[in-house]
Parts: sequence; C-alpha cells; structure tokens
Amino acid sequence: MSDDIQVAKVFDLKGLACPMPVVKISKGIKEVEVGQIVEALTTDPGSLSDFPAWAKTSGNEIVKTEQEDKLIKFFIKRLT
Amino acid sequence: MDMQNIENQLGDLKSQIEAVDKKTAENKLAMIVFSGDLDKVLASFVIATGAVAMGMDVVMFFTFWGTSVLRDKKKNVGGKDVMGKMFGTMLPKGTSDVKLSKMNMGGMGTTMMKSLMKKKNVASLEEMISLAEELGVRIYVCEMSMDLMGFKREEFIDYKGMDFAGVATFLQEAQNSKVQLFI
Repeated sequence: MSDDIQVAKVFDLKGLACPMPVVKISKGIKEVEVGQIVEALTTDPGSLSDFPAWAKTSGNEIVKTEQEDKLIKFFIKRLT
Repeated sequence: MDMQNIENQLGDLKSQIEAVDKKTAENKLAMIVFSGDLDKVLASFVIATGAVAMGMDVVMFFTFWGTSVLRDKKKNVGGKDVMGKMFGTMLPKGTSDVKLSKMNMGGMGTTMMKSLMKKKNVASLEEMISLAEELGVRIYVCEMSMDLMGFKREEFIDYKGMDFAGVATFLQEAQNSKVQLFI
C-alpha cells in the first residue's frame, strides 16, 4: 500500500471517460503546491497510458500507480 | 579593434538567435474542423480539450460543413435571400441537429449513440464545447463558408473566444503550431 506517501488532495475521477480524467487532473494539480502529491482515482483503462503521457508532457511526476480490479490509483507529484 | 570584432560577432549571433526563435513552433495545436458530422466534431473537441490539458494552446478553425455546428438553434435572424434561407433550413442548426457520419439510420443511430454516450459517461458535444470555452480554446469561423451558406454572425452560439476570419488567419496560426490537424 501507499501509507508512506503524503497525499495533499484526492481527485475522484471514477466513471469519467476520455478526455475528462486528464482534463480534470491538469486543472486539479494546480490546487496543490509544487512538491506536493495528489492522488487520482480513475476507472478509465485508457488513463493507464494517458496519465504517464500527460505527466511527461506537463512536467509532473507519477510517483506510484496502483491497480485494484478496475480501479486505478495514481500518485502524482506536482513539479511545475 | 579585437573588442569591436567580438562585439560585432555577438550582435550577429543575437539577431540569428532571434530569427531562430521566430521560426520555432509554439506549443500549440491548430485544427481545421471541416466536417459537420457529430462523431468527427466530437473527436475534434476531445483532442482540443485534451491538448489544453497537455499544456498546449489550442485554436480551431471551423469551415464548410463544420460552421453549421456552431449555430445556435434558438437564434433566428432575418434578411436572408432565398438561397440563404434554403441552406439555413436544410443544414443542421447547432449541436442538437448534427448526425453521425456512419450508421445514422435516419437519425436512429445518432439517438442510440447519444444514449450510449450518456450511459458510458462520455461527455456530450454540448458539454465538450462549453468545456473548451472554459479552457480557453479559441475558435475561428470561416467567413467565406458563412457567406456561401448565408449564415450570419448573429446566429452563432455565444462562445468567449470565438472570432470570424479567413484562411490567412488560420495559416498564420498553423505556421507556428507544433501540431496541425484537418478533421
């Protein structure tokens, strides 16, 4: 589990379809300070490749990805 | 003398860098939306809003069949000639009128697709357009297409960041955009 990760904010993006998870997280991550970590919950299988692509392009870092059945959890560190 | 030389060279370098800067494409997406089909216009807005999420500046240029999608069903304008009136009635007026490019089946397919989208939580075209507006996606509507089909500015939807322009405006935007698409 990810008890060691300090999460500043959680974004529930479950049930949302492309492009909403990425659109929402790109807005949401600006709500925390640079260096803080947000947790994003999605059920869109496409987000497994979309979130890393978004993070790389936007200059943020996915520190951890977890998967439980259909639920995907991303821990993203705001770097910019 | 040597100092003078170095200074001259520095000046040259500076102007060269400025020239290169001007040529470098911006992190921008320039898209032509030619199609007036529900599926293609929806895809255009998915790409546009996704691009903003990726940190890009986005400009969409609606031309030909695409222009009709941006008309507002509630807005009626008078003073059109016979052809203008004909095109005005025959072409879809706004997002609620647009059909799928395939499997429309007299409108049944489009209705089915819309209910399926709702069920699967895929944003509707209307939602995508207002999201694009909120995200600052700029839209140009082709003046020539409007003139051809007899559309007037007053019958278009209210969209902050919508402007009316021609091909030169699009090309100027496209020229310094990293990504260009034609849909």
